[in-house]
Amino acid sequence: MKITVAGVNKEVADNLTVAQLVIDEKVETPEYVTVTINDEFVESGAFESTTLKDGDVVEFLYFMGGGQ
Amino acid sequence: MAFTNEQLERYSRHIILKEVGAKGQKKLLNAKVLIIGAGGLGSPVALYLAAAGVGTIGIADADDVDLSNLQRQVIHTTKDVGTPKVESAKKTMEEINPDVKVITYHTFVTSENILDLIKDYDFIIDGTDNFPAKFLINDACVMAKKPFSHAGIIRFQGQLMTYVPGKGPCYRCVFRNPPPKDAVPTCKQAGVIGAMGGVIGSLQAMEAIKYILGQGNLLTGYLLTYNALKMEFRKVKLPSNTDNCPICGKHPTITKLIDYEQAECDGVHL
Ligand SMILES: [Zn+2]
Repeated sequence: MKITVAGVNKEVADNLTVAQLVIDEKVETPEYVTVTINDEFVESGAFESTTLKDGDVVEFLYFMGGGQ
Repeated sequence: MAFTNEQLERYSRHIILKEVGAKGQKKLLNAKVLIIGAGGLGSPVALYLAAAGVGTIGIADADDVDLSNLQRQVIHTTKDVGTPKVESAKKTMEEINPDVKVITYHTFVTSENILDLIKDYDFIIDGTDNFPAKFLINDACVMAKKPFSHAGIIRFQGQLMTYVPGKGPCYRCVFRNPPPKDAVPTCKQAGVIGAMGGVIGSLQAMEAIKYILGQGNLLTGYLLTYNALKMEFRKVKLPSNTDNCPICGKHPTITKLIDYEQAECDGVHL
């Protein structure tokens, strides 16, 4: 199936979980990433139980702490 | 209040813009913006807001200027090393534009003082370098119904978003809780390109100016991310449903401000 991850179209396995996608995408500090699918937040405890569907649009939002 | 001839000349490039005009310039001169952090982000914000004629600029920072700051904190100069950043920033802003009244707060922001600090300001700039401060600023601005610009920079990356009460998600909608100490690189061991503060801080200044003028679209409901190595900006839409947010949602569970523990590498001499 086809999904969009951070603006990039990808072909991925059917029924891919958010948890697996986070691994496949080599997300830095995966425990602290915020994930949205089709403009809705995925609760941080629900990465394992959330499976992606064809056409889903996924974004990763990262903590960025610096500024001084 | 009529403009002096000197002001007409100083602000001529603003006044000529149809989105600003004499009316908009007066709004800027009457506006009050508080900048929290006089560092990599706060420096360009302070420089541009002072130059723009934002009439009252508050600046809060507890630190002194350190030699390692000068690679990116462009409001301070070599001879300012060892002096409080707020004093150095005030001096530079006043030299740029004597129209501006600068109010300094030589202190850390805490749950004790933040509501008092922000209460007289129209717009707040988060130019801090650590998560405890970023969450504190968010929560205080949500509680006090103050608009603010959040930003973060690290290595070759930066991001920002704008919170306006009732107009979209807050920082805590996106990031529920601060990461544990040292779990996410925030600080000096991670490094940052100095110009990143210039890019992202200038965008924060732009958001403040647009908010004051009431012109254009703000970064409410979006997170703008910038990757300098890929030379890529992305405007990522944020979920509009904020019902479950513990601070700005329908049933807030956070009812008082929290002082989170600060990572050891945060704070002084960043
Ligand atoms: Zn919120």
